Amino acid sequence: MSAFAAMLRRELRLSLRGGGDVLTLVLFFIIVGAIVPFAVGPDRTLLAAIAPGIVWIAAFLAMLLGLERLFRPDHEDGALVLLRQAELPLSAIVAAKLIVHWLVSAVPLLLATPVLAVLLAMDLDSFGRTMISLALGTPALAAFGAIGAAVTVSIRRGGLIAPILIAPLSIPVLIFGVGSITSPQSSAATLFLAALSLMALALAPFAAALAISSAED
Amino acid sequence: MTADTEPKLNWWNRLANPGQFVAWTTPLLWPLTILTAVLFVLGLWFAFFNSPADYQMGDTVRIMYVHVPNAWLSQFVYATMSVSALGTLVWRHPMADVSMKAAAPLGALFTALALFTGALWGRPTWGTFWEWDGRMTSTLVLLLIYLGLVALWRAFDDQLRAARIIAVFTLVGAINIPIIKFSVDWWSTLHQPASVFRPDGPRMPGSILVPLFVMFFAFTFLFLTLHLKAMHTEVKRRRVMTLKRRLAQGGSA
Amino acid sequence: MTDRQVFSPLRLSASGLSCGRGGMALSSNIGFDLANGQALLLRGPNGTGKTTLLLTLAGVIAPLAGTFSAEGADPDSRWLHYCGHRNAIKARLTVLEDLSFWAELNGPTGMAPLEALAEVGLGKLDGLDAGFLSAGQSRRLALARLLVSLRPVWLLDEPTAALDTEGHALVTRLLDRHLGMGGLAIAATHDPITLSDPTRLGVLQLERAS
Repeated sequence: MSAFAAMLRRELRLSLRGGGDVLTLVLFFIIVGAIVPFAVGPDRTLLAAIAPGIVWIAAFLAMLLGLERLFRPDHEDGALVLLRQAELPLSAIVAAKLIVHWLVSAVPLLLATPVLAVLLAMDLDSFGRTMISLALGTPALAAFGAIGAAVTVSIRRGGLIAPILIAPLSIPVLIFGVGSITSPQSSAATLFLAALSLMALALAPFAAALAISSAED
Repeated sequence: MTADTEPKLNWWNRLANPGQFVAWTTPLLWPLTILTAVLFVLGLWFAFFNSPADYQMGDTVRIMYVHVPNAWLSQFVYATMSVSALGTLVWRHPMADVSMKAAAPLGALFTALALFTGALWGRPTWGTFWEWDGRMTSTLVLLLIYLGLVALWRAFDDQLRAARIIAVFTLVGAINIPIIKFSVDWWSTLHQPASVFRPDGPRMPGSILVPLFVMFFAFTFLFLTLHLKAMHTEVKRRRVMTLKRRLAQGGSA
Repeated sequence: MTDRQVFSPLRLSASGLSCGRGGMALSSNIGFDLANGQALLLRGPNGTGKTTLLLTLAGVIAPLAGTFSAEGADPDSRWLHYCGHRNAIKARLTVLEDLSFWAELNGPTGMAPLEALAEVGLGKLDGLDAGFLSAGQSRRLALARLLVSLRPVWLLDEPTAALDTEGHALVTRLLDRHLGMGGLAIAATHDPITLSDPTRLGVLQLERAS
């Protein structure tokens, strides 16, 4: 277990010392949300109606942005080959990376959501639901993202193609994520969202590890 | 740890040799082509001249004979790719790579055709080319997945290394497609309570079923023929790549 | 030097091994047989697949043909260190953090990290961000990884790259001690390596596959 803890510690250190990566991500999230009123007009009722969708799109795009740093630096400096020789199975290493990725990219977005809620004229009730749906749905986004990042790690311009692969897989997350805020069957959607996250989290470490070990160095 | 790669010579492994595969399956190409052509002639004749026009939709119902087989193929091709992906990951069968790669653009083509014919059919029937209904939306997502896979194949320089990675993604997609379909159905019923049209609606009379069946087989054999031909092309392309690489290696010495 | 045998008997053998990338053989029909306390030097001009052979032995690349086996290896734990030509050092971790991480991940069965740093000549730099290390110092840090976790087999790709004369002596010293403990090593290098006991050293000349 100490190897897993060491992996978590290393990833956290690397992400937090990453020179403002977290800040960039949060800024991107807020800017995507804040730019929408300029496109659709400042009508408060319209904004309130589409706010859950905007927040989810902003979260989806921001989560894509952080994927590059998940496996690529380790691929480029040769650490990925060494990680495959560790006592820890590669899937556990991927799981540790996934946990830290969620902590440093999804949690800051959750903390920044109140800002968007105010800007987009959300009422308190849908703000609360938004927080719950983001908390439940972002693990699935991170997990699908990790699969996409692992598949494209050995492609030189992989950063461009990963979003194309991840977006179709993420559609159910967006549907149930927004559904759990706005739809009349929101409790069903919330449950589906949680189930989706559990399934994606269970699948991703193995799929990503398989893809990485196939990407012969 | 022992890595035993001594080839065991049975038909399965002999089929794994790309050259042998091409040699063995080339005699199948012409019969398959002819069978496909005959089925198409027969099916189109039935579709145009020997099936009734719908009392509501008129002659536009005949689009169905093209649309439904394409919609079926859009899923059948993905199933073919998933089985090939298993072949790549589990048995490391070289022809499974080739089959997987050859199927991706064909799947994208048939899915695009299903969407296109669906739109052509939708315009006179529903009054719109596009409706965000469950079936059309999940077919659109499927098309995006196919196109993503085609892009992924093109992004790799080394096609042999690409195969296992893409196989992983293909299988992740296969697990996700039912989930996507379910979520999209849930979403579309939420936004449009009354479904406009049910393609599998009332029981179909035999006069429609016969041409549908023939066209169904015609398109399936079209896929099989194109798939086989595309696999042959891919084998040849790889051989050219190997020769070029060998040339470069010889040149650097 | 006291020869204290630490590792259990292990025999690495390869026969008819052919390895390459993208289905193209770089080197073929490689055979060797290595027992405890022996080292193998891989020699050959560029492009003869030295790195590819090491990666194949490390299990990263599948061999195109032939067999490679490790008799006596513990199947439940990792028994080899791979030291590639890239150092896998994170610029934003300190030297000690980087080494301690690998020690914990690979099992802290060898030297303590600080001791290993002193051994490779980075004794006073443990608190420095690894990004400030020179190429040679980075190489030394990569070599220190071999010391913090005991594993019987070392696969070294150009271990002396970027190292000064003293660094060459370091590599020789580390190899000497590793073999003395009953370890095995396979190293690809263009530099001459002279061990204290030359009988331990074999050379495998790689030829371009035709």
